[in-house]
Order: sequence, then structure tokens, then C-alpha cells
Amino acid sequence: MVPIVAFLLLRLTFDFLRDSDANLILVVGVAIVVGVGGVFFLFWAMNRLVDLFPERYAERVRPYVFVGPALVILSVFLIYPVINTIIISFKDANSDSFVGLENFTFVFTDDAMLRSLRNTVGWIVVVPLFAVGIGLAFATLADRLRRGEAAAKSMIFLPMAISFVGAAVVWEFIYSFRPQGFGTNIGLLNAVMIGLGQEPTPWLTSEPWNNGFLMVTMVWLQTGFAMVILSAAIKSIPDEIIEAARIDGASELQVFRRIIIPTILPTIVVVATTMVINVLKVFDIVFVMTGGLNGTEVVAERMVREFFIQGNFGRGAAIAVVLFVAIVPVMIWNVRRFREQEAAR
Amino acid sequence: MSAVEVETPPVAKARVQREEPIGVREGGWFVRITILAVVAIWLVPTVGVLISSFRHADAVNSTGWWTVLANPFRTAEWTLDNYRSVLDAGGFGNAFLNSLAVTLPATVIPIAIAAFAAYAFSWMDFPGRHVMFVVVVGLLVVPLQMTLIPILRLYVSGASIGEFQLFPDPDLAGTYLGVWLAHTGFGLPLATYLLRNYIGSLPSSIIESAKIDGADHFTIFWRLIVPLSVPALAAFAIFQFLWVWNDLLVALIFLGGGRDVRVLTVALRELSGARGEDWHLLTAAAFVSMALPLVVFFSLQRFFVRGLTAGGVKG
Repeated sequence: MVPIVAFLLLRLTFDFLRDSDANLILVVGVAIVVGVGGVFFLFWAMNRLVDLFPERYAERVRPYVFVGPALVILSVFLIYPVINTIIISFKDANSDSFVGLENFTFVFTDDAMLRSLRNTVGWIVVVPLFAVGIGLAFATLADRLRRGEAAAKSMIFLPMAISFVGAAVVWEFIYSFRPQGFGTNIGLLNAVMIGLGQEPTPWLTSEPWNNGFLMVTMVWLQTGFAMVILSAAIKSIPDEIIEAARIDGASELQVFRRIIIPTILPTIVVVATTMVINVLKVFDIVFVMTGGLNGTEVVAERMVREFFIQGNFGRGAAIAVVLFVAIVPVMIWNVRRFREQEAAR
Repeated sequence: MSAVEVETPPVAKARVQREEPIGVREGGWFVRITILAVVAIWLVPTVGVLISSFRHADAVNSTGWWTVLANPFRTAEWTLDNYRSVLDAGGFGNAFLNSLAVTLPATVIPIAIAAFAAYAFSWMDFPGRHVMFVVVVGLLVVPLQMTLIPILRLYVSGASIGEFQLFPDPDLAGTYLGVWLAHTGFGLPLATYLLRNYIGSLPSSIIESAKIDGADHFTIFWRLIVPLSVPALAAFAIFQFLWVWNDLLVALIFLGGGRDVRVLTVALRELSGARGEDWHLLTAAAFVSMALPLVVFFSLQRFFVRGLTAGGVKG
């Protein structure tokens, strides 16, 4: 009851805001206050309502006051959509009638889709490899700095605060290309090429390497994440072990290969898995930098294109289902690991 | 003593180690030069954008940004015009406000809902508690793409089972409320998971003694749990803030590109598509979109790193 009343109140405020040609700053201010205040009011009001119940029922109902909103939101915004998307993937463009496996046939036969599948596999391999590799090397080396470790690490980490769209613009600027007669090349990479006596190159339109140049953007964004987590793992290795190995005459490289790597291997696996999931979902970088042209399609970008731009719900849903199926093993693994942790608790 | 540290012994241990650097072998020139080189490579792209955003349009389009490094004090080259035109005529001022209106509630709402739920999962007894939480863990990695189509249809045409209209068109597409709810849904599993790990590891004695003193669950939650959980709440708040502020997909689909509602990422993407060669404007616009997250990031980095270590290692 109360959630519905609260929702209607929110709606009324919004209709009022939308209809009045109020100053945007005012609208935004009211929106923030209503949004933030509304959720606290919701819990408070529901709790008061339960207080009115006879005590026997009140205590039985109260947990659902606390957990209820979360369950409702999870059901409406995650569980229902997942089931619905699977159903939609077997229907036609407007979800009017079932078409069997037609959408999935499209996913695995269409030229652009096949390219996107191939490219996505490339992304999954290359990006985690480089991001984890560079992150691990940097974390290991920075660990040996006497001063400036924190500063150096936060510089690598900085791109994590930048949006994919922002990063795409930043790197488009690096790759900027102007053909002969269209002005100076102001992109850094082509300036370097000219400095080396080479011809400027249209980086983002030369297949197949343009895929690599897009991946660079993702590596730039994600290395900080790998670095921070691996750094914490390296620092958690007890000093005595490393010291003992050194006393036994192990070289620094041997310490790294025989002690550090095996000890933090579980963390490396988790970081790489997280990164694979991030890469599977990457859409913005390709969407902004090349729009999927010149052989740079990726699966997540195709999904948005089919569903949002072409308006083909069936195909969009089928592509999403393919992504989902790729992630299901991680889901199962997560649940299994959680169960083990709980059992150990 | 905080439970996030309990969750991430690496960080806690690291801090102890740092104080007595006996075992740390110090690197020589090779280490220092490599680190410097990598840091330089990582910074150059952002620095180039920052410098270009303050240069005159003609200068940006005729010479590379690195040329100013030769004589940085030639004041004739510097200008604020790019920012002026982007913020005003370019609509990025409005977009900034819209980003705020989307991001602040979309950060607070999931945290509030998740904190209440995390308390219930940790300290209240009700049937199905364990199963429900396992479902939350399972939902952690569901890709966004899996939810977009049904939610958009829900917003546009309501829900019905066959002929029966369950509830009518809520008209949520293109509203702030619609975006808040969508972001709340996507952020909720991680928020609930992290906060439950934290709140669940608070000592039960304090909760028991509060109960003996006659406090009800709501009071315990509000007066005891929330203040004790500030580190975990802050860590997730930064996460969610950066995620929502930097999101393009959800904003594009549920809010759209209309000038009065579009957020910074959507505006930047449109500018990049429409005027991809106007680098003086693009760089300024890019920086407008990065400014707030960079400030948040640098001022609250400690919380963020802690949260990342907890969230990342856990999955």
C-alpha cells in the first residue's frame, strides 16, 4: 500500500515539474530532494505502519519492511527482465509472434554478427592479458619504490574515474588523422609517425588493426583496477617468505616467478574474470569511436544497435541472451564460492 | 576497526608491513625509470585533452597541443572561450545539471534500499532468507543488456499478462524517476552483497545489548548500524556515483538525447558524432564531463580503493 502511495506522490511531483516551465536548476534541486528524501520516507512510513499491527504479526512482518523494497526492485528490474528477454529472443521484431530460432540463426550467420563475435573473442583475450600484465608488472615494480608509490599508482588509476565516452574522445584525439591537403595532423600518434619519417595513418579505419587501437582505450581504463587489487595481494605476502628465499640465494626474478606469482594466482584469476565480464559488456568505446564501422563491431554494441537503433527487439534480445550464456558459468562459480564461504563461516 | 578491512586482510596487513620496511628490497634506476615511463604514457592522453581545451580554436586545429610546451607562457594562445561556448551554447551546462539530478538520487536510493536489506539479511530472521541472498549473489554479474528491452517496454506500455493489464503505462521513459529506478536495479545486487558482508560482520554483542535496552530494529539500524557502516557506505557510494555519472547506455535508452534531459555522456557522444573535428570544443566538453568524477576520485580515493579491493576480490 505505502509504496504505491509513495510512488503516486512521486509521480504527481514529477508531472508538476514536467508541466511547469520551471527553471532547470529548481527542477534539478527538487528532483534530488524528492528522490533522496522519498526513499527514506518510504522506509520510515512502512515501519510506522507495521507498528500499528498487533505485536504478534508486527514482528513477523517487519523483516519484509526492511528487505521488501530490495526484493521488489530486484524482481522488477533484474529477474523479470532476464526471463522476459529470453522469451523475446524467440519472437519477431515486434514480439508479435514466435519465430523459433530465427533470431539465433541471425546471430550466428549474419556477416556483421560473425565479425562482432570474432572481435569480441579478441577483446576478451587481449584486454585482460595486457591490463593484468601491465598492472602486475607495475604493482611489482612500484612496490620497490622508496617514495612516490602511492602517487605513481594513483596516476595509473586515474582513468578509472573517466567515462568510456570521455576515454573514447581522449583516444580519438590521439588517433586523429587528416589526409594530405586537409591541414596539419594534430593527433599525437600521427605526429610521431611524421617525426619518424612515415606517412600518417588513418588508425581507426585501417582493418584489422583498428580493433587493436580500440582495445588500447580499454586497457588504458582497466589497468588501474588490476594494478590496485594485485598490489594489495602482493603486499599481503608475508615478508619472511620472500626474505627466506633471498637468503637462500634466489634472484629477484626467481622470487617473482616462484613465490609471488603462485601466491597471488587466485587473485589474478578473479581479476581476469572480472575484466572478461567488463569486456563482454563493452559498448560505449566502439559506439563512440567507430560506430562499429570498418570491421570493429562487438557483440554488446550490436545488441544496442539491433534493439535501439534498428528497433528489432527479437534480434537484440537474442544477442543479449548470447552474452548472458557466456556469463552464466561465472554466475554459477560466484554462487558456489559464496556457499563455500558461508559454510566456512 | 572496520569490517571492510576484515573483508580484505591484504590491505590491513599491508598497512602493518609498510611501517617496518625491512623486507622491501628497494629498486634501482631501472625500476624508477620504468615507473616514470609508464606513468607518463598513462597521463599523456589526459594532459593533451586538458591543454587543448584551453587553447584557441585556430591554434588547436593548426598545431599539435605539445607545441605549447616549448613556450607555455605565450598568453595569446590561451583562452576560456571553448568552455564558454560548450557550457552555454553547447548545452553542457544543462547536461551537467541533468547528470547531477540523475546521479545523486541514483546513488543514494540503492544504498538506502540495500542497507535496509543487508540489515535484514544479517540480523533478522525470516523464512527464505538464505535462498534470497543466494539469488542476490547470482544476480551480481547479470549483463545490463539482458534487462534493457523488458524495462523499456515496461516503461512505455506497462505490464500485462495476455489480455489482462496488470498495471497501465507508467510513462517513465524520459523521466529522472525512470533512470533512478533502472540504476537502482542494476546497482542493488553489488550494494546488498557488499553491505551485507560488512553489516553481518559487526559484533553481535552490540546489537544484542541495544535490544536489551529496548531498542527496536528501526532504531538499531538507524542509530547504530548506519553510523558504524560509514566506511562501507562511502565505498559503495563512490562506486555507484562514478558508475552512474559515467554511464552512457542507461541514460541514452531511458532518458534519451532531448536537450532538456540529456546527461553529460549523452551530450558528449552527440557532439563527438556531429562535430568530430572541432577538437577545441570536444576537448573542453570532455573535460567538463570528467571534472566532477576526478574531484570525487581524488578526494575520496582511500575509500574507493578499499571498496574496490573488497568488491573486486569478492567478485
